[in-house]
Amino acid sequence: MTPKRKQRLMMVLFILAGVGVAVGLTLFALNQNLNLFYSPTQIATGEVPQDTRIRAGGMVVEGSVKRDPDSLFVQFDITDYDNTVTVEYAGILPDLFREGQGIVAQGTLNERGVLKASEVLAKHDENYMPPEVADALAKAGKLPAPKGQEFNK
Amino acid sequence: MIVPELGEYALILALCLSLLLATVPQVGAMRGNTLWMGFARPLSKGMLLFTLISFLCLGWAFLNNDFSVAYVANNSNTALPWYFRLSAIWGGHEGSLLLWVLILSGWTVAVASRSRGLPADIVARVLAVMGLVAAGFYLFILFTSSPFERNLPAFPPQGADLNPLLQDIGLIVHPPMLYMGYVGFAVVFAFAIAALLSGRLDAAWARWSRPWTAVAWAFLTLGITLGSWWAYYELGWGGWWFWDPVENASLMPWLVGTALIHSLAVTEKRGVFKSWTVLLAIFTFSLSLLGTFLVRSGVLTSVHAFASDPDRGIFILIMLATVIGGSLLLYALRAGQMKSESSFGLLSRESLLLVNNVLLVVVCATVLLGTLYPLIVDALGLGKLSVGPPYFNALFTPLMALLLLTMGVGAVSRWKQTPLSLLARQLWPPGLLALGLGAGCAWLYAGELKPWVVLGLVLSWWVVLAGLRDLYNRLHHRREKLQGLRRQPRSYYGMVLAHLGVAVTVVGVALVSVYTEQRDLRMQPGDSLSFRDYTFEFQGSTPVQGPNYSADQGQIRVLYKGEPYALLQPEKRHYAARGNMMTEAAIDPGFTRDLYVALGEPLEDGAWAVRMQYKPFVRWLWLGGLLMAIGGLLTATDRRYRKQLRPALAQAEA
Repeated sequence: MTPKRKQRLMMVLFILAGVGVAVGLTLFALNQNLNLFYSPTQIATGEVPQDTRIRAGGMVVEGSVKRDPDSLFVQFDITDYDNTVTVEYAGILPDLFREGQGIVAQGTLNERGVLKASEVLAKHDENYMPPEVADALAKAGKLPAPKGQEFNK
Repeated sequence: MIVPELGEYALILALCLSLLLATVPQVGAMRGNTLWMGFARPLSKGMLLFTLISFLCLGWAFLNNDFSVAYVANNSNTALPWYFRLSAIWGGHEGSLLLWVLILSGWTVAVASRSRGLPADIVARVLAVMGLVAAGFYLFILFTSSPFERNLPAFPPQGADLNPLLQDIGLIVHPPMLYMGYVGFAVVFAFAIAALLSGRLDAAWARWSRPWTAVAWAFLTLGITLGSWWAYYELGWGGWWFWDPVENASLMPWLVGTALIHSLAVTEKRGVFKSWTVLLAIFTFSLSLLGTFLVRSGVLTSVHAFASDPDRGIFILIMLATVIGGSLLLYALRAGQMKSESSFGLLSRESLLLVNNVLLVVVCATVLLGTLYPLIVDALGLGKLSVGPPYFNALFTPLMALLLLTMGVGAVSRWKQTPLSLLARQLWPPGLLALGLGAGCAWLYAGELKPWVVLGLVLSWWVVLAGLRDLYNRLHHRREKLQGLRRQPRSYYGMVLAHLGVAVTVVGVALVSVYTEQRDLRMQPGDSLSFRDYTFEFQGSTPVQGPNYSADQGQIRVLYKGEPYALLQPEKRHYAARGNMMTEAAIDPGFTRDLYVALGEPLEDGAWAVRMQYKPFVRWLWLGGLLMAIGGLLTATDRRYRKQLRPALAQAEA
């Protein structure tokens, strides 16, 4: 091999090694940090493993929100109109959190089947439902008609 | 009034001109017909003129509250102050696309008028490619997303109002800056395509496109910085980066664009990496397109998501496939003709810049994977999932640390070949000093050594000190040091500023990530809480009235070491038109720390959920971004680019 070729080979090997390490790390990191989405029905039928970070979404059941009088602890139920899951959360709820509205909670399921949420997400738009929730509701055949009609479309 | 129709017609005319621009000069360049090539400049000006007219018509509709126009009705309201009514032009999908083409035609005219020194056929081809891109966007707007669509005959008497999150100075400037960056990369893309088409793949095209790339990159940097700042005070409850898909969409072109800037430098100076640079130019612009569409099409689950529409999705996919596929095909056909003009050693500035490029592209690829993976899995019907911030942090941090490490070595290395002994001799003092200063600063700040903080500070010092060593190398053989400083080209100072900006941002990231303190608390009027020498005393809330909202304003007295310091008044606003609740945080900004207070939700008996935060060095994040942007702009004004733009003038000077 000429020195020039040797140098090129070194270069290519170096890049390949770098890319290999990066791909390995990436796949590992990706696997560790995937949060699968489940509907309340999937949770109720026991499809969801315990102590794994998941996302769960549904409509907040009217009248289910209970606050602790001395702290920010709050408990509420979410539903896809077939099944209901209780969510517990300590912290500030998003501005768009309201009873009867779609939310997504991220957290782990405990042995009582209660979702211990570390994060509760709601959406910007008043008419907007998180897409996962809309999808889950549509599957259950319970998708409500949109509340407000936008002017175009 | 027929003004909105005028806007639509102007847009159609702009489309016609863009189609002419895309074809006539291109054919002229292929046939060597100077007359046809000469059409490029006037056609670009016409395209800009009609796009501007169209944009002004939409602005007129917003200013006059013409709610018969659907887009205006959806995004404005009579109670909205006039400046927000104007910025509402780009508050939604349709208008922001109009802004996109306006900026694109602006860049096209900028290239047309600042390219006197370039060969006529190159100018013709570059402008034609930009015309083609513009034509795609005009079609997209006219067929799927016209902002001039009417709601007749029954139009609403009142508009739905601009999303309250967007009623803010941040929104007035953030999207235009970001788009200036995205669209600016169209210029270097056009240069690359023109070079491929003409087969003249010498280093000259790198020199022509460098200043344009630097300016586009500077704007994109500014746009991202503004976005992060806006998210911090308006949206994020004090967070400044969420790895939200929409943020990633702007970060990806930035990462590849940064690689492109460095690779263009090598191509221009040494005539190597040519095909790689062309490929990067294609990638950067493709990612900019992807970014625009990801954000505006609503395909992503994101805090930014807008209502989606399947027609648009199809059009977007076709257009992305055409642009990316077409340019890659052209690349595959022509890249073989590119020959390196020189060679370089295994340890040289070239190879270190190659490492920089590989790292940046790998980082971009990991971000792309994390952003698109949920979409792909969903499209394949394998379930719904999301990729959490830990994934991005776990990959981004070590790769960026590696990048900073090479940055220091790269600064003192030489072109062609750098002996290892020279590097070792020059770099051990800054290396040792960086270790000492980094650890020392971390200890002085907190009285403890946390690994991530030490790493961040050491690397920042390393970048700064290795840069100083480079400066010393440039000056030490000169007798007149000051004159030597003045003799350095502007592009050198641009690089120094940008690298300094990176160091400053890293300091901010390291300190704010580790030492942020946050308390979420239920507070009754009279309750107080102390941490970090500050006492926050909640004195209850009072109702206040704004132009188009009513609010509860929290009164929080802050004491510093027991002495009265400030009154912070965070608000919880209710925007009547859409019935939206909005959190308006109160911030006491400072060079080394921010105090950040926000109201959560009202609880019974006048109590509130209150969030109080102490954010050390958070301003440094954006200060660094600002430095990088100034560096980019400074580089673009370097003498040798101006010279090449006005060869006649330069000759007269000499």
